[in-house]
Amino acid sequence: MILRTLTLAATAVATLASAVPAMAEGGHFIPVMSYRTGPYAPNGVPFANGYVDYFEMLNHRDGGVGGVPFILEECETGYKTDRGIECYDRLKNNNNGAVVLSPWSTGTTYGLIEKAAKDEIPLVTLGYGRTSAADGRVFPWVFNFPATYWSQASSMVRYIGQEMGGLDKLKGKKISLVHFDHPGGREPIPTLELLAEKYGFKMNKLPVALSSLSEQKSTWLQVRKNRPDYVLFFGWGVMNSTGLKEAAAIRYPMDKMLGWWWSGAEADVQPSAEAAKGYKAFSMHGAGIEYPVFDSIKEMHAAGKGYEGEAMGDVLYNRGLVNAAYIAEAMVVAQKHFGRAQLTGSDVRWGLENLDVTKERIEELGLTGLMPVTKVTCENHEGTTPAALVQQWDGKKWNIISDWIPAMSDVVRPLVEQDAALYAKENNITPRTCS
Amino acid sequence: MLYREAGDFKTTYAKDQALIPIRQDRVMLYIAIALALLLPFVASDYFLGSIAIPVLIMVIAATGLNLLLGYCGQISLGSGAFMAAGAYMAYKCATAFPWLPMPVSIILAGLATAMIGIAFGLPAVRIKGFYLAVATLAAQFFLLWLFTHVPWFVNYTMSGVPTPPPATVLGVYVTGADAPNWAKYLFVLSFTAFLTWIAYNLVRSRIGRSWMAIRDMDIAAELIGIRPLWTKLTAFAISSFYCGVAGALWSFCFINTVEPTAFDINRSFQILFMVIIGGLGSILGSYFGAIFITLFPIFLNSAPAWLGLDIPGDIITHLEFMIFGAMIVFFLIVEPNGLARLWQLGKEKLRLWPFPH
Repeated sequence: MILRTLTLAATAVATLASAVPAMAEGGHFIPVMSYRTGPYAPNGVPFANGYVDYFEMLNHRDGGVGGVPFILEECETGYKTDRGIECYDRLKNNNNGAVVLSPWSTGTTYGLIEKAAKDEIPLVTLGYGRTSAADGRVFPWVFNFPATYWSQASSMVRYIGQEMGGLDKLKGKKISLVHFDHPGGREPIPTLELLAEKYGFKMNKLPVALSSLSEQKSTWLQVRKNRPDYVLFFGWGVMNSTGLKEAAAIRYPMDKMLGWWWSGAEADVQPSAEAAKGYKAFSMHGAGIEYPVFDSIKEMHAAGKGYEGEAMGDVLYNRGLVNAAYIAEAMVVAQKHFGRAQLTGSDVRWGLENLDVTKERIEELGLTGLMPVTKVTCENHEGTTPAALVQQWDGKKWNIISDWIPAMSDVVRPLVEQDAALYAKENNITPRTCS
Repeated sequence: MLYREAGDFKTTYAKDQALIPIRQDRVMLYIAIALALLLPFVASDYFLGSIAIPVLIMVIAATGLNLLLGYCGQISLGSGAFMAAGAYMAYKCATAFPWLPMPVSIILAGLATAMIGIAFGLPAVRIKGFYLAVATLAAQFFLLWLFTHVPWFVNYTMSGVPTPPPATVLGVYVTGADAPNWAKYLFVLSFTAFLTWIAYNLVRSRIGRSWMAIRDMDIAAELIGIRPLWTKLTAFAISSFYCGVAGALWSFCFINTVEPTAFDINRSFQILFMVIIGGLGSILGSYFGAIFITLFPIFLNSAPAWLGLDIPGDIITHLEFMIFGAMIVFFLIVEPNGLARLWQLGKEKLRLWPFPH
């Protein structure tokens, strides 16, 4: 692994020159809350690599954004909530203060929602965390574009409808939901229940307890008994690879098994490589390495920076990369608006809220096909066009097999507003007006 | 010579029965309290919020388990679940009765947890040792299952992870995001100090002595007229009360979210290790254990950065696991009675020093 020279330089400067107030050049400090150890490390490593690589690439190629470099510092959380919060407190004031943060854990996100708002550090939670944070009037500091758990669940139902030849065909069909029994894994259930009622399909919930993620025989036995038309698979970490092996063992047709976007990485399918052939998972960005941006990343690797290695182009690597690209874009927007290069957390928040990533802009960034078109507004922090892609595992790599499948925002949005209103009431928050 | 009781005459019975009879010990306690009160003025926000607060909360939980395991000899692997019970109950109390002062909500949560503790302590009347440990494991899994599957406990929020409501004490926020760390620290500190004082008194009272009698030999205790049922259940109730208060504070004053994974089986083991490393049957040991188990991994994790060494985060964490594990093994071999015993040995050495005889 290549040494994190930048971090070293930053720490060295911070310790040696603590007498000198504020570095003259400045920089945008972004804490990296990685989990490269523990049970979720196979997912955490590519995620962190992609995230860091994109920022390093911008530092290497353009000297950051608007001439201000990124300063990164990693803190290992092990995907534990209390360690995540400890990391946040440890890092938030370093290097003149963090300007933006991605907590990468639903648990930590919940713990930080209020704290980060108080510290004026915007949270970018890419498709995880608190779904109702999509209501920007109650959660001005949290962003969960390009789509939330609930939007994804509705995209899944729409996709099943498409495959069957119309949403009306869903009536009387059986769909099993194998999910991990944790607030994150249960998050999409209210939406699915609502849709089950609306379209008349039967939903059978099969929770997998946190203590038995790697032991799911009984769950899949029920699937076998039940013979559902589709299985929705909401797992994370070791639950994914185990579940896929069990599904293969009961010979459940893989193309009828749909994973959410945390069950569709290389580390999940590789242990059962051949058996998982045909398995489909949802995603919020493109797969693979065939994008112009990777030329710049390879150049940066050649210069001895970043994380060179096998993870490049993995699903979660790309997710980390897209996460970083959104943040960098928000900074560009904010720099243009405020007319200054060095931004504060509150400037970046403005940038995130006025983010408008168009097709042309994505082309310019060399991310066509990788990053979805996203427009964020003050009211809607999920983006106005939440949608998901379907990717399929061919035994060797993931291939995108669908167009963007739009979410059913007419169903999801009222739920979001309802939950946000409840939160606002409990915490004595007066939602701001967005006009 | 440095530490001595000689010349410290007790002239009244009250003085002889004082909680801390030796003057030097009292002075040390006063110094410790003064330092604890001074801390908010000197320590950084990070130290107060991410180090002092969790340590003080874990002291409460470890004291709770120590009362049960160290004094009454009943092993429990459900401390994490009792913390969760405290957290969820405090959330329910604080949202259902918003007019209640926050300390009262937390005490109520502790009392509710004590009831739960009694229910899960019932098997202790019939079974002992490892079998009891397994029975208390049931609490760990059942309670977490209950809180995550009955939406009533989270006030029917769809996310299932509620946020503790903000509350004030004497006009200053002590929970929620608006609470400054010094206020949260003092809030937690007052709970820790009060509960420690109670614990010290409890273990010298009739209840505490009957716990120890049951621990040392339950048949003999029964023969001299101690009721095992009553004694064991009070131990479970009081221990769960402590854990419940700790869990409520953990959610309200530290992680700021009522999250089930914060109280999983690993939390129970962590508390158990605190009690074992700190010293079974010693309240002071709970302090040592909580400080050691909470702070040492964070220290190992940050030490390379202080030294200016550039080691990747994952390697640091793996090193942390290895060194921490090795330290625990080392302590258990060198001093199986825990850090509290080391403290005691130190005092005995100082009694003689610098003269060997």
